[in-house]
Amino acid sequence: MSAGQPPAPEALLEAEFELGFTYSRTLGPVIGTCFAVLANHRFLGIKRSDGSVLFPPLEYDPETAESLSEWVELGDTGTVEGYCWVKHPRDKHNELAPFAWALIKLDGADTPFLHKVRVPDESVICPGLRVKPLWVAEPQGDITDIAAFVPASEVNS
Amino acid sequence: MTSRPSPDIPEPKEMVERPVYLTYRYRANPQSNRFLHAIKQGLILGVRSKGSGKVLVPPPGVCPETGTLTPGEMIELSNNGTVLSYTIVHLPIPNSKLKPPFVVANILLDGADQAFSHLIAECELKDVQIGTRVRAKWKPEEEWDYGLENIEYFVLSGEPAVDIESHREARLQEAAKHA
Repeated sequence: MSAGQPPAPEALLEAEFELGFTYSRTLGPVIGTCFAVLANHRFLGIKRSDGSVLFPPLEYDPETAESLSEWVELGDTGTVEGYCWVKHPRDKHNELAPFAWALIKLDGADTPFLHKVRVPDESVICPGLRVKPLWVAEPQGDITDIAAFVPASEVNS
Repeated sequence: MTSRPSPDIPEPKEMVERPVYLTYRYRANPQSNRFLHAIKQGLILGVRSKGSGKVLVPPPGVCPETGTLTPGEMIELSNNGTVLSYTIVHLPIPNSKLKPPFVVANILLDGADQAFSHLIAECELKDVQIGTRVRAKWKPEEEWDYGLENIEYFVLSGEPAVDIESHREARLQEAAKHA
């Protein structure tokens, strides 16, 4: 054991690190079906025993726990129920300009889901705004097949 | 079973990729900075906690046991050490060039009171035991960088195995003198 001399003061070391968790996730029969049909630009909800429709669909009723099985074809227009404006998008948002995270209730569904809404300015978005999906060119059967929602008035289908 | 609506729909999608990446910038604190500069030159430095008297490696800024700031003075540690515990890895690690089976061990360097994990290679798996003596095998000097990876792995030193409990007792007595 020798008492080592500390090295002369030297440059402060810095480095970039990346820690990755490479998860794959199984979807199950219900979300799996919901995602699969997104590739065909379709939305499928699932009906509960009280007649209300869940989107995203669930395998089991969130209150009674009964198994759900009745698919319901939904429209592709929806209504913004609430939103959060993102002034400074980060890389992983895949947005070039400020956008909104919004709770969107699709026509025919009774529950809202979270997705992005692209509007030119925050003043354009409000609860009640009617929106339609903007589909990506190469769908994979995933929620990201929807690039974002945009005001329905902007989409000519 | 869920009923299929018409028209026909595709089979359910089975799996999606959902990787999570944390990207961050690490800035070395003063103690880590000296440790990293030293290991670039092939030296392993530790620091003796004034609170516990124990020699910690890699040197932290604060002793985890007593919360006292560690001194600036560093202690050069040996290339030899003892296996405190070990595991044999049989499953390949994604993106790793290590070929199973290989040994990962907690190694206590001579003169240190804190172990770190590293690889043990060039030996039969059965020859690695608690108390086995090992020696650092450094990579060629031109490959040295700022990290413990400068040690390629540990090899068996051939010295007789150590009784870990008595070694631990001796180290604790030594630490007590310095606390």
